[in-house]
Amino acid sequence: MATFVWLTIVTALRILQRNRLRAGLTMLGIIIGVGAVIAMVSIGEGAKQVVHEQIASMGANVIIIWPSAANVGGVRGAQGSAIKLTVADAMDLKRKIPVLTETGWSKRDVLQIVNAHRNWNSSVMGVSPSFISIRDWSFSRGGSFTQADMDSATLVALLGQTVVDELFDPGEEPIGAVIRIKNVPLRVIGVLSPKGQNTYGQDQDDVVLIPFTTAERKVFGTLFLGSVQGIYASTERAEDVPEAVEYIREVMRSRHRLRSGQPDDFTVRTQVEITQVQEGTSETLTVMLMIIASVSLFVGGIGIMNILLVSVTERTREIGVRMAVGAKRLHIMMQFLIEAMTLSVVGGCMGVIFGILAARLTTVIAGWPTIISGDTVVTAFGFSLVVGLFFGLYPANKAARLNPIEALRYE
Amino acid sequence: MIPLIACDDIWKIYRIGDVEVQALRGLSVTIEQGEFVAIMGASGSGKSTLMNILGCLDQPTKGQYQLGGVEVGRLQPDQLAEIRNQKIGFVFQSFNLIARTSALENAQLPLFYRGLSLKKQRALASAALERVGLSGREHHTPTQLSGGQQQRVAIARALVTSPSLLLADEPTGNLDTQSSHEIMTILEGLNRDGITIILVTHEVDIAAHAAREIVIKDGQILSDRATQGRSQ
Ligand SMILES: Nc1ncnc2c1ncn2[C@@H]1O[C@H](COP(=O)(O)OP(=O)(O)OP(=O)(O)O)[C@@H](O)[C@H]1O
Ligand SMILES: [Mg+2]
Repeated sequence: MATFVWLTIVTALRILQRNRLRAGLTMLGIIIGVGAVIAMVSIGEGAKQVVHEQIASMGANVIIIWPSAANVGGVRGAQGSAIKLTVADAMDLKRKIPVLTETGWSKRDVLQIVNAHRNWNSSVMGVSPSFISIRDWSFSRGGSFTQADMDSATLVALLGQTVVDELFDPGEEPIGAVIRIKNVPLRVIGVLSPKGQNTYGQDQDDVVLIPFTTAERKVFGTLFLGSVQGIYASTERAEDVPEAVEYIREVMRSRHRLRSGQPDDFTVRTQVEITQVQEGTSETLTVMLMIIASVSLFVGGIGIMNILLVSVTERTREIGVRMAVGAKRLHIMMQFLIEAMTLSVVGGCMGVIFGILAARLTTVIAGWPTIISGDTVVTAFGFSLVVGLFFGLYPANKAARLNPIEALRYE
Repeated sequence: MIPLIACDDIWKIYRIGDVEVQALRGLSVTIEQGEFVAIMGASGSGKSTLMNILGCLDQPTKGQYQLGGVEVGRLQPDQLAEIRNQKIGFVFQSFNLIARTSALENAQLPLFYRGLSLKKQRALASAALERVGLSGREHHTPTQLSGGQQQRVAIARALVTSPSLLLADEPTGNLDTQSSHEIMTILEGLNRDGITIILVTHEVDIAAHAAREIVIKDGQILSDRATQGRSQ
């Protein structure tokens, strides 16, 4: 039997090679289908990994509170509506909600940063020291500022790696240097460890952190002291996050004197939710690719079935001869099944190559990470085998059921 | 000793719609191991029908057919395939070689379904090709061979399994006189080696190579006699 199968595969390959164009066209569906499966899974896996890394880098236990985009029409004055979150909110949350280990706050502006004769526009954030620990920033040089710096609004700054690269020569020591923002001299006391891009493609290292008080009193020139753009909170354990979110909403609503029925004037987001949005995008794409893959595999299967039916008709006499010299039904059946599977497996191989190329291209062009695992390749390959087997079954059976005399007499 | 072929009151009835065609009508014949029989008769008399039944490609509608003592009439398709593979070799008028496939591989075909090793298949097929005078042509495809050579490949394919029965339905029908003569010489040689041969032909001088001549008319045997042309 092994000899039979082996020789039948050799024959099938020979027939395939003889009809290269026809075989190629037939395999197109399989090639695209398998390619799409591979591209789909590797893009999905890549996105999943990014999300997991993101959660790990941001901390699964981080909660972010933003002022809500929803307008509370006419309830407050035009000026009042700008002040939705305050330092007092952040401190009160910490005081009233025991599961919160820390709360921090920030305020951001894009400003020009000057070092000697160089300048660079970057995102300047006034933050509380707790913000730095919640966001889990670490330092490649120097260190963070302290509560004392906050209290006395010291003129110090922490630079992201991108800012350092733009403002300093390679090898030049940034620590101790004095930079100017809106003509205010700030001494560099730390350089943040690089974080790279976030899932939205923003450079997280293009940032300058200064004490919140320094920012609002000496650099930004804020009208309303104590207003913040974002409050960050953290819990000890990731499991406490949903409970903490509920408490935060309660406290915030009572602090903002919202009556029941009035919508929140703030938004509470957890890191997990934010990354889920991102994951959702890649899921949409995955679903799209899955549809392409299944349609292509189906069309490919039909193509194989069609070409095999043609082949069975063309070779009716040959089938008759084979039966006359002693081929049993199973032999004929296997011959055409093996032919179908050879088509689909060769198509599958090409599809694997095509899929890997597509995944690589996605990484190069869209900048999405992709992961090609051995499992994926094996699965895609299995798919093509099954398609060949399934769609080969009908023509193979048709061939096996031919009457030898009629087959021999076929013109 | 049991005869190789024992047909008793064989009927073959085809039904096309309401029309009934009686291709064989109660035909009985016995053929011993080692005979060389020519079957003759007008077109449509039922010769090919009889050959198909004798060759286990088809089964009689009624009647008994025993091949080597085994009743063939009620066997399943795969069992018939097994018998064809083990005991019978076919030679057709239109050669019926597999296209674009070498002479050697064509001759190997019955062995392929026996599941022999490739080495054994090749050795036996080469020997069969040598026997029909085609050594050196193993790797020629049918289109690279003359009609007579193609028919010799077909004979090699038929005898590669050392069958006890070789059936040839108008084997020289598509060949010129010279090639026909060569084919008949080969068949005579095979018969001398003990293979039973049944041959359908329209030509009297071809039939003369056989030792026994059966004439069929309207699905029945009209005459059955030993020929003068060649004695056993
Ligand atoms: N599959 C079939 N269906 C219906 N009728 C058939 C079929 N095969 C043969 N016949 C009929 O049976 C009869 C005998 O046919 P057969 O082929 O045996 O003749 P033959 O003696 O071989 O003729 P020839 O010398 O022309 O080859 C013919 O009348 C033919 O029409
Ligand atoms: Mg005939």
